[in-house]
Amino acid sequence: MFRLRDLQHRYGPRTVLKIPEMDIAPDELLALVGPSGAGKSTLLRLLHFLEKPSKGQLIFEHNRISHQFPVPIAVRREIGMVFQRPELVDGTVWDNVALGLQYRARSSPDQVGKAIEAVELEHLAGAHIRSLSGGELQRVALARVMAIAPRLYLLDEPTANLDPRNVGLVEEIIRDIRREGAAVVLVTHNVYQARRLADRVALLISGDLIEVSPVRQFFEDPQDPRSGAFVRGEMVF
Amino acid sequence: MSPLGEIVILTIQVSGSALLLAAGFGLPLGALLGLAKFPGARLVQLLIYTGMGLPPVFVGLVVYLLFSRSGPLGSLDWLFTPTAMIVAQSILAFPIAAGLTVAAVRSVSPELVLQVRSLGATPGQERWTILRQARRGVLAAVLAAFGRIVAEVGAVLLVGGNIAGKTRVLSTAIVLETRQGNFGFALALGLVLLGLALIANALFLRLEGVRV
Repeated sequence: MFRLRDLQHRYGPRTVLKIPEMDIAPDELLALVGPSGAGKSTLLRLLHFLEKPSKGQLIFEHNRISHQFPVPIAVRREIGMVFQRPELVDGTVWDNVALGLQYRARSSPDQVGKAIEAVELEHLAGAHIRSLSGGELQRVALARVMAIAPRLYLLDEPTANLDPRNVGLVEEIIRDIRREGAAVVLVTHNVYQARRLADRVALLISGDLIEVSPVRQFFEDPQDPRSGAFVRGEMVF
Repeated sequence: MSPLGEIVILTIQVSGSALLLAAGFGLPLGALLGLAKFPGARLVQLLIYTGMGLPPVFVGLVVYLLFSRSGPLGSLDWLFTPTAMIVAQSILAFPIAAGLTVAAVRSVSPELVLQVRSLGATPGQERWTILRQARRGVLAAVLAAFGRIVAEVGAVLLVGGNIAGKTRVLSTAIVLETRQGNFGFALALGLVLLGLALIANALFLRLEGVRV
């Protein structure tokens, strides 16, 4: 689905991301782990074409995206992202979940209703977002992306504000998403979550891609000593 | 109709027309300035913000000179008519409508804009969403513009002349009655003006879906 070649991103003089080579398969769940400031969210933004990479190639389904900014809207609409700190529009839960379909000039109350049901907020569908808790907002942010049924989900710590029960709910949703054939790139601080959900795990430290391995290998027989250290909760630099 | 009735009707006509003009030009310009990045936008914004503090008597003077017999627009014969009052009040309220709309649009979080883009909004849809998001601030801009119009007396007195049955509105009538020592009547007129403002604001809020 995605091919990244010699990808680099800079903010001013500072290189915040450097990925020599990485692929994302159309049906996999790739977990991105690493300490804060490792460049995980930056990578998601690049994969969503919200920023133009400073250097290198970003190839999405044979389109050399890195060479055609601004990216055609049809390409961007194949991808959905759940942000770490969701921002919602002034309105009800329903308004927010219906927004993406509205942009596509599609009205599908079924799809909106199903997405709201999936995150178990049907009792709050008509509630204004101001009356929602942080965890509920996070679930609305997931539902609004589910409603547009993208082929690739970019999830930036989607369970960060949730209680254990809702972490379980969201993890189940992620499994459902995959059963429906979508690919997922999941940023998480929780290595156990990566182990539960991922097919492959990528470790980023200070913008460098340290390792990408199948989940079992990453946890049991990592290629880089820093991966093992990170999994054990030790400081890695 | 009683003289008071005429004054009230004319007040509603003049203030309403001035608000329509000020908001009709001010809101679109404010939205444009808030959204667009074009050369000179900041300068226009600065001018508008400065205009929010325009002294009413100064505006009254300029409009007076424009419409006076020897002025550039003297041939229109608008001086001492309600039209001149509407022009003066629109000029005073326009920068408030535009300036507060700019501020409301700019206050929409850039992160929200990014997330809306991420949901698949086209640039046009993005702008529409920003404007919807700013609508409470835009309503406040309309209310503030209306407040300026209703409270205004200096400019309308200059360009309208406070002619009984022709250009006398509530605010200028209050000035006249106060000067003549009819404080009780002046106070009553003031209360009528306040009542009008109350009703108008309640209507605006209802537009926004607030029950009052």
